[in-house]
Amino acid sequence: MSGAIRLRGHGTRLSSYLLRAGAALAVLSLAACRGGVQSALDPEGPQAARLAKLWWLFFYVSAVVFVLVMVALVAAVRRARVRRDETLTALDVTDEPTVAPAPAGERRMTNAVVGATAATVVIMFVLLVASFSVGRALSARLEQNNKVTIEVTGEQWWWQVRYWDVAAENIFITANEIHIPVGEPVTVQLKSTDVNHSFWVPNLTGKKDLIPGKVATIWLRADRAGLYRGQCAEFCGFQHAHMAFYVVADPPEQFNAWLAEQRGAAAQPATAQQQRGQQVFMHATCVMCHTIQGTLAGSNIGPDLTHVAGRRTIAAGTLENTRENLSSWITDPQTFKPGTRMPANKLAPEDLQALVEYLQSLK
Amino acid sequence: MRQRKTNGASSLIPHPSSLRAVALSAWLVVAGALFGACERERREFKPAPPPAPLGNVAQSELSPGAPQPTPPTKNPAEDQAYALNEGKRLYDQYNCTGCHFHGGGGIGPPLMDEKWIYGSDPANIFQTIVEGRPNGMPSFRQKLPDDQVWQLVGFVRSMSGQLPKDVSTTRDDHMNARSSEQRTEQQGPVSTGGKPKSAEQSH
Repeated sequence: MSGAIRLRGHGTRLSSYLLRAGAALAVLSLAACRGGVQSALDPEGPQAARLAKLWWLFFYVSAVVFVLVMVALVAAVRRARVRRDETLTALDVTDEPTVAPAPAGERRMTNAVVGATAATVVIMFVLLVASFSVGRALSARLEQNNKVTIEVTGEQWWWQVRYWDVAAENIFITANEIHIPVGEPVTVQLKSTDVNHSFWVPNLTGKKDLIPGKVATIWLRADRAGLYRGQCAEFCGFQHAHMAFYVVADPPEQFNAWLAEQRGAAAQPATAQQQRGQQVFMHATCVMCHTIQGTLAGSNIGPDLTHVAGRRTIAAGTLENTRENLSSWITDPQTFKPGTRMPANKLAPEDLQALVEYLQSLK
Repeated sequence: MRQRKTNGASSLIPHPSSLRAVALSAWLVVAGALFGACERERREFKPAPPPAPLGNVAQSELSPGAPQPTPPTKNPAEDQAYALNEGKRLYDQYNCTGCHFHGGGGIGPPLMDEKWIYGSDPANIFQTIVEGRPNGMPSFRQKLPDDQVWQLVGFVRSMSGQLPKDVSTTRDDHMNARSSEQRTEQQGPVSTGGKPKSAEQSH
């Protein structure tokens, strides 16, 4: 009797846990539906749409299976309790094993187990085939002739972006912000120079690893103009979490205007202060790692700063590109990204002012 | 106690609780050793303010009057494997390889042998990088933060095996003509011009 009571108490506690877990799941899935600039459930391209469909298929199948299993579990617990109450008094206490033909109930249960196992195998195969076919579709070329080819190189902890062109003078390098034309397929070649990274723009496509010594290629297309956030999805060191980037999908004419702008050299310093800023850049630590096209600064260790003022963020999506952030970042980058390759810079206040002024002029 | 005395056979077997105590203390010793290893080196994200600027650094052991031995300078980067690895990375990225190649020298003097034109002390190498040297070595004054210079100094010294093997860098990912700094036998150091020939270490 006491066993039955304990069991019953157990059962109610279990079901209350289940209820809470279910509620949490529902809240989570509702929150995920909101979408935004970084959500796989808010697809804006053909690849992401396939992935989202696959995700929802998995979600619905798993949800149904979960509910069924829980119902069966609760039913089994209740039935066992009833049976135990019935048989407790009738049972003879003896050491002899009772050999009796399996009752009808036993056979029914065997059938249920066999049926459930078969259903599990079938469901797993359905999911396997669905997953495999989506995987195949993702790694397929979208169209034969892609006009835009972009090479993305993962660095600890930022993204170098190179726009290829048949004419060598049109090739340019930027960082942490990828512009693409809306509705046109884009080839993205993925490389790494140090450790493994992973390129992931959930709204546009799935993850693809960047492996040193290897070139991985993906194709993507944005069907709606907008700003999509991407993120490194393979742990790559201290600042893995601060290794983000943005994909900006522009209408074609706007994209072409951006291309033309990026292909040009950096703006010449217009004011005396900007001129001083350029001098500071060339004589301080900056010049050891950064490039500004059209000047003597030509190192490729850090992000290319030729058109840095045109970008939305600095430090790989870590800080908004404002005067204040830029000067704090230059003075003390280790506060924002501990471990980043960029060293702290001690500059005289007026030198720092001039430098920030100059960098802000590099549209 | 009395109980144990009467029961002779079982007193040979240690009491379970004392066995447990032995196991626990052994486990604590092992764990302590393992955790101690975690603290072998600590990585500072914000390097301490650079050491005091170097004054007059002796470039030769020749001096008027009685020899005045100077204690070797302590390089903050030399007992950290991470710092030396950074030195190796910077050596490549700042294009030291452009002249010194991977230690073998070419346009600039080799760095993996026992000869040190301007001295083998960390302070000498620091000064070489910051001030530059005649006939080609440029000055990197203001272009490199002090802690990066110390990292480079450490790596340069490890090229001729001056540093312990447990901090020296391992092999490159790319093809390399020489073995890693970790496996380099110590060379010299001999500063050219300094000591008379007979005092040079023979190899």
